[in-house]
Amino acid sequence: MAIQARHKSMKAFGENLALANEQLKIINHEGDFPQFDDKFELIGEGPLKATEIETFQINLGKMCNQVCKHCHVDAGPDRKEIMTKETMQDCLDVLKSHDIPIVDLTGGAPELNPDFKWFVDEVKKLNGHVIVRSNLTILETNGFEDYAEFMANHKVEIVSSLPYYKKSFTDKQRGDGVFDKSITAMKKLNALGYGKDNAELKFHLVYNPVGAFLPPSQTELEQDYKRELKDNFDIQFNNLYTITNLPISRFLDYLVQSGNYDAYMQKLVDSFNPVAASNVMCRSMISIGWDGQLFDCDFNQMLEMNMDHGAPSHIRDFNISLIKNRRIVTGQHCYGCTAGAGSSCGGATV
Amino acid sequence: MDTYYNPKDLLKFGEMGEGAPELWKKFSEWYGAVFKAGALSEREKALIALAVAHAVQCPYCIDAFTETSLEKGADLEQMTEAVHVASAIRGGASLVHGVQMKNVNEKLTM
Repeated sequence: MAIQARHKSMKAFGENLALANEQLKIINHEGDFPQFDDKFELIGEGPLKATEIETFQINLGKMCNQVCKHCHVDAGPDRKEIMTKETMQDCLDVLKSHDIPIVDLTGGAPELNPDFKWFVDEVKKLNGHVIVRSNLTILETNGFEDYAEFMANHKVEIVSSLPYYKKSFTDKQRGDGVFDKSITAMKKLNALGYGKDNAELKFHLVYNPVGAFLPPSQTELEQDYKRELKDNFDIQFNNLYTITNLPISRFLDYLVQSGNYDAYMQKLVDSFNPVAASNVMCRSMISIGWDGQLFDCDFNQMLEMNMDHGAPSHIRDFNISLIKNRRIVTGQHCYGCTAGAGSSCGGATV
Repeated sequence: MDTYYNPKDLLKFGEMGEGAPELWKKFSEWYGAVFKAGALSEREKALIALAVAHAVQCPYCIDAFTETSLEKGADLEQMTEAVHVASAIRGGASLVHGVQMKNVNEKLTM
């Protein structure tokens, strides 16, 4: 079912499903589907636990210049939650004293944080590898035209959503004009050396389904994207990541509105893959909210499900020994990461 | 509302094995093998199946292979072209039988 384009967040309209507890009432409703924890324990690894901390994913704020129909953050121009410089400093203090190789910046549009450049600069001084999840169109927005060059100079790895290699699907999900603007931004990135043979300027694209279905094979779709973008626009990129939509926030709202919720959840449950479950990203990352709260992943962050089971809940209380092997907080939405070929911020996991 | 074709009945397809389990097993294995990537990709096979589903007008197959085509990376444009292929063959199949009509006409009329 086609749903209307949005110009503001669900929160701005006071919609029920803007609230985490209202979302949880639906997805954790008892008796609808087998409990994720029970399903996970069947693979014989006990409860889901972290194994290492490779990635420090930081949400720099929920403000975004786009209002995508499926956004799990419910981001938009009206969102005011932005990480302060003080919280960024708390993150830097942790990074200075721990060996965590990857810093992954997300949002909203992370570039909209007024201290974005300062923060990237400071992380790079610590020799950290920085990933920025850029929506591309921000790089073509007034006042942000030099951000692509800034990221190239700092050897930032860029990961950007492009839900299809054609305009129709892309604009349907991300808003009118997004595809054309994204093409212009990708050409700019290519001109700076991104997405080509330069090993220091990696540029990846992200596919996620424009509707209530699972993603295609990552390997096969990557070939299509590479061929179509090269032939039609002379654009190059490094890897394609296919990501499954999790049933939270705006995508949950879409599932409920369109009558697809039960069938989609059933599909996720039926597609549970033990290998994907073993490789879930939360085992090797932590997620830091705009206000410094700690979570096992970005989805838990949006559902306000803080780290638990003895792990600290705020960056100021960071304690590596309590975090590195922590038990992960789970819910029925976790089926999204374990379906089919698996799903993570780095694409398929199988 | 009662309908002759209930979408939920597709989930009962496996019950067809109850009367003839060996035949069902053979069908399932063959069906699974047919849709694996070979000389044709999984997406091409899904689009062919979608077209055939329209030609044979199987509502279960239309539901299943629209979803499968999307999950194999096809979009509305590709799926619509596939349906046009099925339609063209169905329409053409009728029209080409006009030759038979002309043959009979030739024989019966002065």
